[in-house]
Amino acid sequence: MERCAARRAPEEERRLRANAREYNEKFQYASNCIKTSKYNIVTFLPVNLFEQFQEVANTYFLFLLILQLIPQVSSLSWFTTIVPLVLVLSITAVKDATDDYFRHKSDNQVNNRQSQVLIGGALRQEQWMNVRVGDIIKLENNQFVAADLLLLSSSEPHGLCYIETAELDGETNTKVRQAIPVTSELGDTSKLARFDGEVICEPPNNKLDKFGGTLYWKENKYPLSNQNMLLRGCVLRNTEWCFGLVIFAGPDTKLMQNSGRTKFKRTSIDRLMNTLVLWIFGFLVCMGVILAIGNAIWEHEVGVCFQIYLPWDEGVHSAFFSGFLSFWSYIIILNTVVPISLYVSMGSVTLSPEVRTVEVIRLGHSYFINWDKKMYCAKCRTPAEARTTTLNEELGQVEYIFSDKTGTLTQNIMVFSKCSVNGHSYGDVQDVLGHKAELGERPEPVDFSFNPLADPEFQFWDPSLLEAVKLGDPHVHEFFRLLSLCHTVMSEEKSEGELYYKAQSPDEGALVTAARNFGFVFQSRTPKTITVHELGRAITYQLLAILDFNNIRKRMSVIVRSPEGKIRLYCKGADTILLERLHPVNQDLANVTTDHLNEYAGEGLRTLVLAYKDLEESYYEDWSERLHQASGAPDAREDRLARLYNEVENDMMLLGATAIEDKLQQGVPETIAILTLANIKIWVLTGDKQETAVNIGYSCKMLTDDMTEVFVVTGHTVLEVRQELRKAREKMMDASRSVGNGFSYQEKLSSKLTSVLEAIAGEYALVVNGHSLAHALEADMEVEFLETACACKAVICCRVTPLQKAQVVELVKKYKKAVTLAIGDGANDVSMIKTAHIGVGISGQEGIQAVLASDYSFSQFKFLQRLLLVHGRWSYLRMCKFLCYFFYKNFAFTMVHFWFGFFCGFSAQTVYDQYFITLYNIVYTSLPVLAMGIFDQDVPEQRSMEYPKLYEPGQLNLLFNKREFFICIAQGIYTSVLMFFIPYGVFADATRDDGAQLADYQSFAVTVATSLVIVVSVQIGLDTGFWTAINHFFIWGSLAVYFAILFAMHSDGLFQMFPNQFRFVGNAQNTLAQPTVWLTIALTTVVCIMPVVAFRFLKLDLKPQLSDTVRYTQLVRKKQKAQHRCMRRVGRTGSRRSGYAFSHQEGFGELIMSGKNMRLSSSALSSFAARPGAGWMETLRKKKGSDGGTAGSPGAAPNKV
Amino acid sequence: SNVFMYYGLSNFYQNHRRYVKSRDDSQLNGDNSSLLNPSKECEPYRTNEDKPIAPCGAIANSMFNDTLELYRIDNNTKTPITLIKKGIAWWTDKNVKFRNPTGDGNNLTALFQGTTKPVNWPKPVYMLDLEPDNNGFINEDFIVWMRTAALPTFRKLYRLIERKNNLQPTLQAGKYSLDIAYNYPVHSFDGRKRMILSTISWMGGKNPFLGIAYITVGSICFFLGVVLLIIHHKYGNRNTSADIPN
Repeated sequence: MERCAARRAPEEERRLRANAREYNEKFQYASNCIKTSKYNIVTFLPVNLFEQFQEVANTYFLFLLILQLIPQVSSLSWFTTIVPLVLVLSITAVKDATDDYFRHKSDNQVNNRQSQVLIGGALRQEQWMNVRVGDIIKLENNQFVAADLLLLSSSEPHGLCYIETAELDGETNTKVRQAIPVTSELGDTSKLARFDGEVICEPPNNKLDKFGGTLYWKENKYPLSNQNMLLRGCVLRNTEWCFGLVIFAGPDTKLMQNSGRTKFKRTSIDRLMNTLVLWIFGFLVCMGVILAIGNAIWEHEVGVCFQIYLPWDEGVHSAFFSGFLSFWSYIIILNTVVPISLYVSMGSVTLSPEVRTVEVIRLGHSYFINWDKKMYCAKCRTPAEARTTTLNEELGQVEYIFSDKTGTLTQNIMVFSKCSVNGHSYGDVQDVLGHKAELGERPEPVDFSFNPLADPEFQFWDPSLLEAVKLGDPHVHEFFRLLSLCHTVMSEEKSEGELYYKAQSPDEGALVTAARNFGFVFQSRTPKTITVHELGRAITYQLLAILDFNNIRKRMSVIVRSPEGKIRLYCKGADTILLERLHPVNQDLANVTTDHLNEYAGEGLRTLVLAYKDLEESYYEDWSERLHQASGAPDAREDRLARLYNEVENDMMLLGATAIEDKLQQGVPETIAILTLANIKIWVLTGDKQETAVNIGYSCKMLTDDMTEVFVVTGHTVLEVRQELRKAREKMMDASRSVGNGFSYQEKLSSKLTSVLEAIAGEYALVVNGHSLAHALEADMEVEFLETACACKAVICCRVTPLQKAQVVELVKKYKKAVTLAIGDGANDVSMIKTAHIGVGISGQEGIQAVLASDYSFSQFKFLQRLLLVHGRWSYLRMCKFLCYFFYKNFAFTMVHFWFGFFCGFSAQTVYDQYFITLYNIVYTSLPVLAMGIFDQDVPEQRSMEYPKLYEPGQLNLLFNKREFFICIAQGIYTSVLMFFIPYGVFADATRDDGAQLADYQSFAVTVATSLVIVVSVQIGLDTGFWTAINHFFIWGSLAVYFAILFAMHSDGLFQMFPNQFRFVGNAQNTLAQPTVWLTIALTTVVCIMPVVAFRFLKLDLKPQLSDTVRYTQLVRKKQKAQHRCMRRVGRTGSRRSGYAFSHQEGFGELIMSGKNMRLSSSALSSFAARPGAGWMETLRKKKGSDGGTAGSPGAAPNKV
Repeated sequence: SNVFMYYGLSNFYQNHRRYVKSRDDSQLNGDNSSLLNPSKECEPYRTNEDKPIAPCGAIANSMFNDTLELYRIDNNTKTPITLIKKGIAWWTDKNVKFRNPTGDGNNLTALFQGTTKPVNWPKPVYMLDLEPDNNGFINEDFIVWMRTAALPTFRKLYRLIERKNNLQPTLQAGKYSLDIAYNYPVHSFDGRKRMILSTISWMGGKNPFLGIAYITVGSICFFLGVVLLIIHHKYGNRNTSADIPN
């Protein structure tokens, strides 16, 4: 990829001219060639080695190796270090090489894609990498955009152009881009070839939703915005062709600028490990120093005199220098205490010899997650996927979950579920129990076969509604007529009878689809008409006006003229608004309907009230005239329109109400309940409206009516927000003071609580609005906000931007020292997913951006409980047990050298054979602990779900912390003391059974090594809580392998070949044949293990952990029936949370009336084009801006979160 | 049964790293090239006056060379006790690990041609004993010495005293005298020499440590068992499912 130019200094602004390569070349902008690969064949070896030796661990091993090559220092032969080092380096190199090969391949593929470039007035096929800044290229439908382009013109009217940005931000809905009017005329190549506009714009950056620049052409200035840009990575849709001017190419494109290195996440255990490794390193140096001083003293006192038999090494002339050398010798032999391989450095986990075990264990856990059938979604055929393999144990420590709403908690599928027409409620499932049962238990759905236009996917369970339609109930007919007329849905008839609705919000889609199935089929619309098939008859209504939805009105209306000539206004909207605008004669009906609404709201449904009003011809004429004036008015247009709308939407006649189910993902309330029991706090962060969010909060049981209070913070200024927060806290404090008497209050204040507020009695919830959140997240208020929020059981933040989501996560991370998990499915969750300790992506309908950024992905929210309570919990447990054991065995192994030092003149003589030292960690003890680390479980998975409290030790970090670490170290050191001094005591005077001395060095080494292997094997047996065949195989196998290797190494054959390497010849059979040796080994084992057994026994009796109790109960009552933990479906009353819950956008009414988004004949179009409201595009943009603008990020598409 | 005669040394660091590695097992295994070109590990006892030392290294050089002789004193007459000097080394050491260099004939003097004796030795290695199967590198005293001790105070088997008949003890009660030919200096480093006579059982010589340790550990285990039993009886039944909070 040498073709790709090197980088230059950052530019201040970009200046380029169309069709002028020579002119643009002098700026040396990056070409469109991308390079993500790191090496080529020549540079691979040096660069890769250089990178690898930047790893602390590798350098450390190299350093040790060098030390071992110094004869005066070498206390171990060099191969004990070089073999693992070479192994590690080559494995890593091979891995890097393969990775890079694939990067080369994908670079090549992308760089060689074809695109049509306008060169010299003609279109030429060019490879992507040859596209230059300032070129004009032609794109065709479904092609990838080759670089960041300024849209010049397109096949569509007004220079419109549709793109899909899935690869960029994960959103799969098509977006509109528009060329600026002056260039949209440039439809053919000859005109374009003459185009010589000059663009001055911002330098390359990674902001996907912003662009600022100016086009200078023909002495005029035209401002450019993101609305005119086509970014690399987008795909052109529904547009035959378009032309664009290359602004940014290759590495400068926003896509490439965004593909920064993902931040490497480490678990809290990793971070703890880094500290511990440093401590151990310090400990190692201390021991080295002690032994070095010992050596200096010994050489000074004894060694000097002993020189007749053992002269000092050449070059060693003083005891001090000898001590100095022995320091390094001891560093070499004691370095096995430093689990340097566990040291995570510089963004990647170091591969290293003794333990790839940690990686293997984590990988194993990841595979368990990937293979978990219970986390496999059969419907969408997606298994759970652990995309990061290094975070598993952190899943067992999660304290805060930040969840997106749409697509995560909910399916983003709206279902018309119930309705109330003229005081009669329809839609209850005719089930004996009266509550909604799971699919399959339901009776047959209503048969819509009478209606050829019905949507086959629509299901309704109450046949009486259809009967009412068939019987011709006028109210029901009017009800569905309203639904088929009053909306902004577009229809598309792909083939005869096959209708597709393009709804702007799923709620509307659901309503129109319901009407369609009940025989009121909305078929097509023109800017002035709506055609509806009413029970088989096509009727065309004249569309007189759309009184569009907005956030304040919370309703929308249409005014239509029926074929008979009657003018009628149809209105649907939030009940709170609409019920006040009814004609007084509706009072009784309104009361009944209100009851129904309460009922629906209690089930968590989103409700709407429908009403109509007949208008007099004359009144309408007058009103319409005034409307025309108002919309043409230059000032206060909005206000005047609103007033007019208000005026006409009055004294309406109530038709009924609809209830839409915002379908939750399966098992969401249950999951939330269990996670709450596990002491995990769940915060919902959604871009949706407050009403919707709160509604979902209720339906997924985060909020309940049992809660003492739900605080809502909606202040617009800093002061208001502060006051609201303060008020909330005061209320909580007051309540807890009055409820809890002093004693219990004190008791609740356990040491873990960081704030008094956490001891609040009663359940509270906090709902924060986006604009308030912006203030609450400011530096001086964030702590206040956090304290309030953490005192609440549930927190819902609505209308938040992606950036704010990340900020909230960051806030909790910063002050709470707790593990956070973010779960979401859309592109707007990416920042949150990346920020949290653990990011989970729901692989759903909203593209794959979230999944790509996530560490774990699966398709259903409910799998989260399994991921955390089962996999996470086990992973944490296993990792902790593994680490404890790991430190224990290494200390037990290494510290023996320390004690021996006092008896061998501090000469750094090893206790063991050098092969034992090489193999101890790799072969003899690695597999059993690996098996434990992978398979261990304390309680079976059903119990983890049954007793969510079992999750708590992980959150409190109880299983592996500094205290546990010191206990393990202490146990290791204790073992090492016995391991040395018991054989010492025995050997001091012992002789063999044939009279020869027993206490020779080699026999001693074999005895200590054998007892060590046996003791650590017994210990792992004690630690293993869950025995699988593999555990047995590995533990017994390791022992067998130990003896096999021992005898092999001490065999005649090897000695004959390499007498100087295998000096222990004949030692195994001679030593292990001695009863004394076995008595020693037995004694050592018992003395090492007995205190552990006693201690554990006592702990079990006196201070049992919950998991111990659960295990015990399970043993005692194996047939105990699983405690039935059914979720109460609380039949809530009151507190109606109806709202105009549409995730609706204003402006579509105008769009429809203008007809711009319809493919009409040009004549039809031109008749509408001149309408006064033609500025719909601007309106739309303005609304978008003001919706997301509250937090300064217009990128939050308001209609999806 | 047989009585075993040991010499003991204390404060002698046979387990010092520099000492332990100062040998060439290849040379000791009879490798001719190593005989004439010993391993560097043997420094500074690798060569002497440009001749390779056989056996090289500090271990061999410091071989214990006092001679001990035991006499029974019966009515003022000294009867020497037969001390057997073969069978004191491990079989594998004598037959596998240590071998004399090979060549034409069995003349050790010729085989060791070109080498010189260790500095401290009075005689070269091929004059350690008169019997050919106990001479050179396979001299058992030498082999025993070369099996370095694990601890600075150690004993090494020196001679066997065989039991003559089953009716009398090997060494009858009475007066004995020990004659020591004093060649081996230990004063300089504050060392001590001992001579030990011992019989053995199935688990070797007298070794009180193991017995005491076993009794102690056994008692502790028993005591601990009782205490734990009591504790379990008193507090253990707290373990019921009723305790499981939720």
